[in-house]
Amino acid sequence: MTDFDPVELKRIRWHSRRGLLELDLVLERFLAQRFDSLSPAEMSAYKALLELPDNDFLDVVNGKTDLDDPAIMQIVEILRAI
Amino acid sequence: MGVPVRRFDAVIVGGGGAGLRAALQLSESGLKTAVLSKVFPTRSHTVAAQGGISASLGNVQEDHWEWHMYDTVKGSDWLGDQDAIEFMCRKAPEAVIELEHFGMPFDRLENGKIYQRPFGGHTQNNGQTPVQRACAAADRTGHAMLHTLYQRNVRANTQFFVEWMALDLIRDAEGDVVGVTALEMETGEVFILHAKAVLFATGGAGRIYAASTNAFINTGDGLGMCVRAGIPLEDMEFWQFHPTGVAGAGVLITEGVRGEGGILLNANGERFMERYAPNLKDLAPRDFVARSMEQEVLEGRGCGPNKDYVLLKLDHLGPDIIKQRLPGIREIAIKFAGVDPIKEPIPVIPTCHYMMGGIPTNYRGEVVIPKGDNAESRVNGFFAAGECACASVHGANRLGTNSLLDLVVFGKSAGDSMVEYIKNEMPTWKDLPADAADRSLARIARLDGQTNGEEVADVRTAMQRTVQARAAVFRNADNLSKGVTEIQQVAERVKRTQIKDKSKVFNTARVEALELENLIEVAVATLIAADARKESRGAHAHADFPNRDDEVWMKHSLYYGDERRLSYKPVHTKPLSVDYIPPKERTF
Repeated sequence: MTDFDPVELKRIRWHSRRGLLELDLVLERFLAQRFDSLSPAEMSAYKALLELPDNDFLDVVNGKTDLDDPAIMQIVEILRAI
Repeated sequence: MGVPVRRFDAVIVGGGGAGLRAALQLSESGLKTAVLSKVFPTRSHTVAAQGGISASLGNVQEDHWEWHMYDTVKGSDWLGDQDAIEFMCRKAPEAVIELEHFGMPFDRLENGKIYQRPFGGHTQNNGQTPVQRACAAADRTGHAMLHTLYQRNVRANTQFFVEWMALDLIRDAEGDVVGVTALEMETGEVFILHAKAVLFATGGAGRIYAASTNAFINTGDGLGMCVRAGIPLEDMEFWQFHPTGVAGAGVLITEGVRGEGGILLNANGERFMERYAPNLKDLAPRDFVARSMEQEVLEGRGCGPNKDYVLLKLDHLGPDIIKQRLPGIREIAIKFAGVDPIKEPIPVIPTCHYMMGGIPTNYRGEVVIPKGDNAESRVNGFFAAGECACASVHGANRLGTNSLLDLVVFGKSAGDSMVEYIKNEMPTWKDLPADAADRSLARIARLDGQTNGEEVADVRTAMQRTVQARAAVFRNADNLSKGVTEIQQVAERVKRTQIKDKSKVFNTARVEALELENLIEVAVATLIAADARKESRGAHAHADFPNRDDEVWMKHSLYYGDERRLSYKPVHTKPLSVDYIPPKERTF
């Protein structure tokens, strides 16, 4: 479990609502299956990923582009496989 | 306990293309302007628009706004208001060039002018030959537009209220709009936003359907608020569909798949399109394929545990063709349908894409409703633009790339009308009624106090299944009348939804329950309006009334939520400066 406070976790969940359906669908699964068991480092990486503009985010999830940060790429790999 | 009040000249609900374009007009004219958005503005659903924005710039081939107007009127199947359509098509070149000057990165020709690509339904000489009219920024036109407009608004000092959900429209005793109530998600507090003028730019409500391309945020909040405040909704029977979305997900499978030889199968493994369209088979027109698919489902030949989809088979094409000619399709099928199309067929279903109807407005963006003898009396202080509004330029069916154009043309027009209204007619704020926040507080109190209720997700699923089964692309009298009964039963269940999490701070369960209260109003309006329209026009294809009936039905429906009744108003047949385009049979 994470040491993020519960309000922050709820906020991150809401930030997983996006402008593109494809992202909504992937992130919905991620929230249901993986979100609650993320480590603090993984949660921080996921939070950083949510800062991407929707279209860039989708390109990353679809494997069209990669990101430099290995910690973020770990979360990306989960999203790609989910 | 008093509800805190904040005051602005103008309040805009919704931070997508239309809301941001309107906000810019207001902020740049020095008015104190607030934009409320459930999500960060650049994550609005406008980002999903890929195709482009149409304007008769004539950069690639000769083009004129009159030709664009003709295509739009024809696309609308003569339900669009021709004054509004003329207004939009005439303003289109100026609107696109303005975006270019704002810094929007359009694709360009070698001579530096904006490149224009071909798009279905765009023609020269009133339907004679195709023309290249769509301006685009790669496949990210909506995204580029939204970011461009957001930056301009930051510069103009528009005040953003991000993660605020508007709850209800506030009208005074005279029916004038004087503000909205809104929930700050961060704190769970309800506020009154007191304004001289309010604009709704809340987008579509495609989530009423089980199969929808719309993002989860598209819950028709503005439409729900209108219904609760006694404002009717116009032409809610008209929804645009794509035939092949992934069942249970909504992600589209391009028509190119059938062009390459993909075929549709029912539960018996039958290639059913051979029966409906012996010549064209799976390549019949889009709406025809969609209706045939749904008829198979309705007659019990659907696939899967709920028998609610058909199959798109590609494996006979072989792995090489699938990989070479249909890039991305395999990934979409694996990710969203859980099947590899090289081995297995993809479950597909006609999928809702766009809402043609909405809040009734004129081309100035003013909300207009019947009052006495006047079919279009202005609601003082109330404006709407974008997908949530019905100007009506799309009529019974929207022409591709007119949606982004609608956002900027009517966003700007509504913004100008608001500036004019505030400066000329509303020097100060009208008083708030004493009960301004009562309805919203009662809705929240009901949710907090509800026991023995139903889960929001369960009721939402019941609503989506009902609308999909009864009011998607295949419509007949029996099916629609069953749908009217069923959706009203679901509406009763919405009144008893329960949330487990009663906390105040960032309670997204509460937000989703409130969104469902908006969606259900749109769903009921859709069924009732569709059941009543005894003709086929544009996206409303009625099996028992297969023809367009201009004599009786060339009119806009208006749905009133208080008594769940309909009235009608005439289509505007007088353009602003050119001759009326009289109805013709719509053939392609």
